[in-house]
Amino acid sequence: MNGTVATTGRVLRQLRHDPRTLVLMLVVPSLLLGLLYLLWRDLPLSPFDGVGLTMLGVFPFVVMFLVTSIAMLRERTSGTLERLLTTPLSRGALLAGYGTAFGLAAVAQAVVTVTVATTLYDLDLRGPLALVVLVAVADAVLGVALGLLASAFARSEFQAVQFMPVVVLPQFFLCGLLVPREQMAGWLQAVSDVLPLTYAVEALQELGRSETVTGRMWADVAVVAGAAALALALAAATLRRRTS
Amino acid sequence: MDDAVTVRHLVVDRGHRRVLPGLSCAVPAGAVTGLLGPSGSGKTTLLRALVGVQRVRSGEVTVLGEPAGSPGLRRRVGYVTQAPSVYPDLTVRENARHFAALYGRGARAADDAVATVGLADAAGQLVADLSGGQRGRASLACALVGEPELLVLDEPTVGLDPVLRVELWDRFHALAAAGTTLLVSSHVMDEAGRCDRLLLLREGRLLADLTPGELRTDAGTADLEEAFLSLVRRGEGVSA
Ligand SMILES: Nc1ncnc2c1ncn2[C@@H]1O[C@H](COP(=O)(O)OP(=O)(O)O)[C@@H](O)[C@H]1O
Ligand SMILES: [Mg+2]
Repeated sequence: MNGTVATTGRVLRQLRHDPRTLVLMLVVPSLLLGLLYLLWRDLPLSPFDGVGLTMLGVFPFVVMFLVTSIAMLRERTSGTLERLLTTPLSRGALLAGYGTAFGLAAVAQAVVTVTVATTLYDLDLRGPLALVVLVAVADAVLGVALGLLASAFARSEFQAVQFMPVVVLPQFFLCGLLVPREQMAGWLQAVSDVLPLTYAVEALQELGRSETVTGRMWADVAVVAGAAALALALAAATLRRRTS
Repeated sequence: MDDAVTVRHLVVDRGHRRVLPGLSCAVPAGAVTGLLGPSGSGKTTLLRALVGVQRVRSGEVTVLGEPAGSPGLRRRVGYVTQAPSVYPDLTVRENARHFAALYGRGARAADDAVATVGLADAAGQLVADLSGGQRGRASLACALVGEPELLVLDEPTVGLDPVLRVELWDRFHALAAAGTTLLVSSHVMDEAGRCDRLLLLREGRLLADLTPGELRTDAGTADLEEAFLSLVRRGEGVSA
């Protein structure tokens, strides 16, 4: 517990010393959504609501995946990870600290993006905004967990960034935005069924449509959170204390 | 005197190379022991085995009465890696406070450790903006902050100016006088004279375990560099 708190504080302090990263994290999703909004604004049948909602789930996932995989890779190559592993800090606490720190950053990111999207871009969002933020944060933590896991398989930052399209794009293609899931080939739908982003996007679409919170939404959030927990456990397993 | 560390028949492979082919040695408690040997002789590998981050093939390493790498040892052993392992995007103070928190210590202990390594004036500076020698001292502060019983230091004085080097060695001896065991590696033989005891390593084998005085009389020269070389030559003569 102490180790988690210390790690969370440390990672947030590192972010604070890097204001440009912080600003990019907070405003880039809103700017990109704005671009989509302008793209479709004058069209009679605008897909903006559907796409915008999906992007609310994709942004935190992509950004946190990239940031954590690089941050963890730096820990590995700079020797700080080796040192941390000789201290009383447990591997679980280290990873939980990363998840908490970037989860908190994701809260700020989601609040900014959702506020801008609903006020400036008139994104049609009927469900409670707090739940939208929760889905975004669950997605962000999933990104963190997969980023931590991916960093174990990368030897350099060049390799680490290449994992991003590998992990993100298939989930994005199959999440139901480009082709409705019911219309996909059976096997693709089966793949889509086991990809966590599918559930985050489903929850966000529900939140767009329904004013009341449905059981489906909670189930979707639970699936995303469960996938994040699983990825964190796998990341902990790849974090070897003894190396050759 | 008790031994803080005992190593028996330690075999370590790195890559396809056998780096330690069956090393046995001991580190006395409450003293400053120097681990000396040329670059590539296996010093870092041995230290990594002591702190429990090196995968070993066989052999036994006992640290403060427990097998190396035991969870209980993580509070009792401090390790400073050869390359400074601190966060460049944090200040010196923030680094020290982070490691203090991991060891269950407060901000006071962190600030003391920073002052101890002579970085009080640079405490608010980002580590990225420090000189190489300062960075090494910041790294050292992050180990001192845990007040470990055993301090394992991998080439801590490389790149330091002579004045600072003397100050650090004085600090090491003060710690030893207070009961801390120190194991300090170096590839510079002129540091050997500052140790209470020397472990001389060459190609993963223990060449000698003696005091600096013994090394000088043994080799018949006051120059420790010279003495080390004559020991190497003698060893080669025997094995040939
Ligand atoms: N990660 C590694 N993989 C393979 N070989 C390594 C690795 N690290 C070190 N070695 C080799 O192990 C030997 C001993 O290295 P090291 O313990 O770092 O020596 P020293 O600290 O005395 O300079 C060297 O020959 C080095 O090339
Ligand atoms: Mg070395």
